[in-house]
Amino acid sequence: MPPFEQDLPSALERQGVSRRDFLEFCSLMVATLALPTRYLDKVVAALSQPQKPVLVWLEFQDCAGNTESMLRSSHPPVADVVLDLLSWEYHETIMAGAGKQAEASLQRVVKEEKGKYIAIVEGAIPTADDGVYCTIAGRTALDIAREVCSNSAANIAVGACAWDGGLVRANPNPTGALGLQEAVPGVPVVNLGGCPHNVANTAAVLVHYLTFHEMPALDQYNRPLFAYGAIIHDQCERRAHYDAGRFVEEWGDEGSRKGWCLYKMGCKGPLATYNCPSVRWNDGTSWPVKAGHGCIACAAHRFWDWSSPFYKRLPKVPGFGVDVTAENIGWGVVGAVAGVTAVHAVGSIIRGNVSKLDSQKEGRSKEGSKPASPEA
Amino acid sequence: MARMVVDPITRIEGHLRVEAQVDGGKISDAWSSGTMFRGIELIVRGRDPREAWLWTQRICAVCTMVHALASVRAVENALDIEVPNNARLVRNLISATQYIHDHIIHFYHLHALDWVDITGALKADPAKTSQLAQSISEWPVSSTAYFKGVQDRVKTLVESRQLSLFTSGYWGHPAYHLPPEADLLAVAHYLQALEFQREFIRIHAVLGGKNPHLQSYLVGGMSTAIDPNWPDAPLNPERLDFIAEVAGTAKKFVDQVLIPDVLAVAGFYRDWFALGAGPGNYLSYGAFPQGRIQDVGRYFLPRGFILNNDLSKVYPVDPNKVAEYVTHSWYEYPQGNNVSLPPAKGETHPKYTGPKPPYEFLNVEEKYSWLKAPRYDDHVMEVGPLSRTLVAYASGQPEVKAIVDGVLAKLNAPPTALFSTLGRIAARALETQLLANHIVGWIEELRQSMGHGDLRMHNGDKWEPDTWPRTAQGYGLFEAPRGSLGHWVEIEDTLIKNYQIVVPSTWNAGPRDGKGQRGPYETALLKTPIADPERPLEVLRTIHSFDPCLACAVHVTDARGRTYARREI
Repeated sequence: MPPFEQDLPSALERQGVSRRDFLEFCSLMVATLALPTRYLDKVVAALSQPQKPVLVWLEFQDCAGNTESMLRSSHPPVADVVLDLLSWEYHETIMAGAGKQAEASLQRVVKEEKGKYIAIVEGAIPTADDGVYCTIAGRTALDIAREVCSNSAANIAVGACAWDGGLVRANPNPTGALGLQEAVPGVPVVNLGGCPHNVANTAAVLVHYLTFHEMPALDQYNRPLFAYGAIIHDQCERRAHYDAGRFVEEWGDEGSRKGWCLYKMGCKGPLATYNCPSVRWNDGTSWPVKAGHGCIACAAHRFWDWSSPFYKRLPKVPGFGVDVTAENIGWGVVGAVAGVTAVHAVGSIIRGNVSKLDSQKEGRSKEGSKPASPEA
Repeated sequence: MARMVVDPITRIEGHLRVEAQVDGGKISDAWSSGTMFRGIELIVRGRDPREAWLWTQRICAVCTMVHALASVRAVENALDIEVPNNARLVRNLISATQYIHDHIIHFYHLHALDWVDITGALKADPAKTSQLAQSISEWPVSSTAYFKGVQDRVKTLVESRQLSLFTSGYWGHPAYHLPPEADLLAVAHYLQALEFQREFIRIHAVLGGKNPHLQSYLVGGMSTAIDPNWPDAPLNPERLDFIAEVAGTAKKFVDQVLIPDVLAVAGFYRDWFALGAGPGNYLSYGAFPQGRIQDVGRYFLPRGFILNNDLSKVYPVDPNKVAEYVTHSWYEYPQGNNVSLPPAKGETHPKYTGPKPPYEFLNVEEKYSWLKAPRYDDHVMEVGPLSRTLVAYASGQPEVKAIVDGVLAKLNAPPTALFSTLGRIAARALETQLLANHIVGWIEELRQSMGHGDLRMHNGDKWEPDTWPRTAQGYGLFEAPRGSLGHWVEIEDTLIKNYQIVVPSTWNAGPRDGKGQRGPYETALLKTPIADPERPLEVLRTIHSFDPCLACAVHVTDARGRTYARREI
């Protein structure tokens, strides 16, 4: 067997992807992460390692939306991520093996790569009735999550369900579903909320981790600031219409056709933080507001309960400019996040105490009842 | 005699387990079990019916949009709302895009590795692979250098001993029969299809803001307002040009890559035309309205069902004849364990009675799945592309008839060969081709409608809840790529009182019913040869031919809504 001469750039080169293309990709990652350009060399070096880091992707109470989003990755192309950048050794939806062979793969990683591998989790974890609402190979999701996520080097929760229980946890939470950090307390978790996650952000987090061996700067929900630090309303392409008082008043009216502000149709953009308007979806093609529908704040904490009813207009939002934080909105969950995220402070790492935060939050809104709504 | 367990069944959506009895190298009995439950129908209760689609869409993202469409149709049916023609066209375009995208991902990324040995590709001569490719297709990406590059990439993976997604495959299994050149061709197209799907789905981004989980449906129409003169309109001539251009690539990819690949693979596995037959009953709700939703006779894909493999008769569908058993499902009916109840009258309580995890085997004599067993007038029904194709074929839909007869002639096979594992694969590919033939024309229809000055995209007459009756009931039917889908909604005092969903994979993957009749997966696995019970490749072939979606399949209704409302965690 020939020696392992294959690092990523030479592997790519053999498929006709030039070193120049590879450098372009690295530059893009540096830009997405808002890193100074002098870090480019470090990114290039990190991604050129011959031994690929191992990744496992767990799916629990999920819809595979985050998997599907991952398959849409264009920068880098998904095939490069799963074949060249990482050794992607367990992922139910797309892996070759099944049954015993699949489980043996996972067990090998947990034992032989202990403390070195990355675990991505998708879907909520049911905790009611001893976890019988989700089993894989006869084991409960909770059992698997505990084992895999406590032996890994890093855990990334992708999508609303893995972060905070998402839709599965919405009232009345029939299965006692929780997100990873609450179901398996004490393990380090980076949360990439959204329904689903935007793979552009997840790719950037992976690249950051592979380059620096640590996660990018996080907010108090352990979400990367570069993706969750800015208010959607402030980045919205329709913002000028809001400031000028031009609103869609009815679906299909003149305002709808001219791309006016959707605030009166229930858009939650003024209270949501995410880089959705700038990164957009499917290779930057569009995002919900561009398709004429309001934002539902899908990247916000416990959004299913507090952001609905989705067509109900937010209470009067005072006119605020792009340089004022959402703290001025004076509203619960998102206000608290935006207040500390300090949009332009990428680089300062804020690692909030999640469990402390959660206990404060639970104090505000008991499980099973509707969390604070804008009207509350 | 040995009990074989495959859990998890991978390369599907969701959590599926199969247990099978193997006698003399063949499966003598099989049990299909869904092992995950969320309770989404309980979660939407008490919420605004206009947003039910946003919630129910999250049942599944592999089948993204299908539940959104069935949901808005159910509410529109309950409130008697007719959507404008433009909204019908946009909905059909989103659905057609979903069919094409979903079927291509299924063949290459969820199913191909059951037939293609990745390591076989290493032995291929790239020059011969190039010859093979050029002999079956005009597709231009077929040079020796190209296939050499793909082979090198596989070599790099294998030599690194880090096989990534391919780590746990059944390489070298005796049931693999493709020559190495075909293996290499398929691996190359696996990678090309990854690129294709990513580009093609940008149609959904334009029409829905994003994929997965589109965000442009509205009860009464779509949010994608259309205007020929306004650059910021969600749909305008420039954006229609863009999606028409992307849609145009589908026909070429399907005609020149998917169809030749499916035919080539089928040619090497002809014995699978005689394996994997389901119950012989096929149901389709029909899809792609060409006029008002009520004009079922004008659907592009017809509604109907077939019994006992008899293609001489297509029966009309009565949605009231759908009913579900829980005899072998982890639920209770107050009316007893052996009765079936229609979705609109279901009163179901989840109650897990399976073994305590971790467990080795399920107790298949009792309850063994989170899926119920839906039946149509007590008939076990197979749903999906094969059922739609057979119903269309038997109904005499001229285009379907031509396309099916053409392929059967090429394969030198009679129509009865379609009742099989390969039949499902062939039907799915042909359906992809059928829609790829039409999608650009449907975009053109929308452009012409806009050009003639029809800018209506939403009917707002009943948007405000104060225009609604105090109570209303309705249902929305759709053929999702995986088969017949129905949502049932009951509205009271402007909120959802009850919500039920009967999903394609529940039909196909459900357990035995009160009469002991096996579900379609369980029937299709019978007589499957098993070369090596430790490596159940043959089980995957037949199960994957149905394209399972288990997140969709598990659901529950609870008319009183009390069982869980008080559960605290």
